[in-house]
Amino acid sequence: MKTVQLREIAAARSGDKGNISNISVWPYERRHYEALKKSLTAERVKSAFPRLIRGEVERYELDKLGGFNFVLHDALEGGVSSSLNLDAHGKSFSFLLLSMDVEIEE
Amino acid sequence: MGIRIGAGAAFSNDRIRASVDLVEQGRLDYLVLECLAERTLAMDHVERLRDPGRGYNSGLRKRLLAVLRQATEKGTRIVTNMGSANPMGAAREAAQVARELRLSIRIAVVEGDDVRALMEPDTMLADLGITLAQFGKPMVSANAYIGLDALLPALQTGADIVIAGRVADSSLFLAPAAFEFGWAADDWEKIAAGVLAGHLLECTTQVTGGYFADPGYKDVPGLDNVGYPIGEIERDGRTRIEKLPGTGGCITELTIKEQMLYEVHDPRRYLTPDIAADFSEVDIEVTAPDVVTVSGAIGNPRPEQLKVTVGFDGGLIAEGELSYAGLGARARAELARRILVDRIVGRFGFAGDMRVDIIGVNALHATAMYKTAETEDVRIRAALRSADRQDAELLLEEVECLAISGPAGAGGFRGRTTPSIVTHSAFVDRHAVKTSVQVLET
Repeated sequence: MKTVQLREIAAARSGDKGNISNISVWPYERRHYEALKKSLTAERVKSAFPRLIRGEVERYELDKLGGFNFVLHDALEGGVSSSLNLDAHGKSFSFLLLSMDVEIEE
Repeated sequence: MGIRIGAGAAFSNDRIRASVDLVEQGRLDYLVLECLAERTLAMDHVERLRDPGRGYNSGLRKRLLAVLRQATEKGTRIVTNMGSANPMGAAREAAQVARELRLSIRIAVVEGDDVRALMEPDTMLADLGITLAQFGKPMVSANAYIGLDALLPALQTGADIVIAGRVADSSLFLAPAAFEFGWAADDWEKIAAGVLAGHLLECTTQVTGGYFADPGYKDVPGLDNVGYPIGEIERDGRTRIEKLPGTGGCITELTIKEQMLYEVHDPRRYLTPDIAADFSEVDIEVTAPDVVTVSGAIGNPRPEQLKVTVGFDGGLIAEGELSYAGLGARARAELARRILVDRIVGRFGFAGDMRVDIIGVNALHATAMYKTAETEDVRIRAALRSADRQDAELLLEEVECLAISGPAGAGGFRGRTTPSIVTHSAFVDRHAVKTSVQVLET
């Protein structure tokens, strides 16, 4: 096993609805989808950003398409209309996820 | 033959020139102009309270002046949610534009999404888990997401322009397809296909290489001239996504995948007024460079309840910024931050929502992590929310005054105060929402 930054092996895009952020993660290679199933769990994402993600994290797996959707509850400081964050939509959150270290096969 | 739908706007300030190109060169049957967000709608309600004749998209005149003549000549019908909080007001303005251009057209207005009358003190705010009465703030708007049912009768009038308020974005694309092909509202497979097409198209360039580029990792050619998407929907629901020849950007399997889950929660249960769609088994086929065909969305019956966006007066948001650069910039910005908090919270006693970030060190991700960045060019940003104008003015004054009574070498103050709306969501029984269509002719 080796550790790489997620950005090296996958793309991501974030979106918002109310106070919920979602980030889809798309590994460039199929084999990395299987590796990420093990190493990029919902618990791991939640524990990486405890102050940001105040609610639960759900991970949806899309075996056919080879990607994941992470749904981050209570993660937008109230949502676009309430947050005082410069990026109230959390558009930049995909790059938080891409900065995480994940384990893949050598 | 499929029907060709161009996506000319993803929000109220999207580039107008793009829809001109789409209409002139895209051989379009329909041009969809999606210009409405949760916050825009609530703001337009506030505008309408001030002036009953307004409250629709403020860029409507400019947008229609740019495309209406060409669209009419080419037989391209326009479908838009620029009606916002006042669809009839928008239609009157559109009629005025048509008269100025000496065009004889028919405009259909869709109303009924305004459901303030259905909101009761015991209506639950679903995202908060409390009732309207418990929330306690004055409600300024309540709009149900309406969809195909509301748009179809408008298309049946033969209108050149269909103007609605809060319809679901994907419905703006689904409705023309359902109308042209005679899809039944409960033909879930077809409806899911139309909603998938709409979902991919509704954010315009986000499917053609916008919101995508990451130099060295995901490079996009010609982003300066990025093409806006055109969807060609077939009778069986298969949809080809393409863009105008010669434009920049890219349409790839990955741009499609990223956009397919944009603002989606459970990909097996994407809810709109028209469907519970399952995107998990979608087939994505690249058939030519920058041409992708999608099919295989699964449809389950639409929800019995419609989502409602409820807007409340959120007071004022004040934002002030000031820059520090060169030696010790970060330390000076951090000192400025301490001074600001001491003055506004400590001495003045402001107790509401406020935050101060240092742009260049850690602003957007400040809640997520505090990382040390090596930088000598930073900008302090302070923001607060208050119902009291005095608080808002205080923030601007204190940030600006840091230039002379704070750390050394501060420059570039900018500040603004904007009225704000807070939105939450509720649900209503779909049968309680009565929509209607009226026609204006010029």
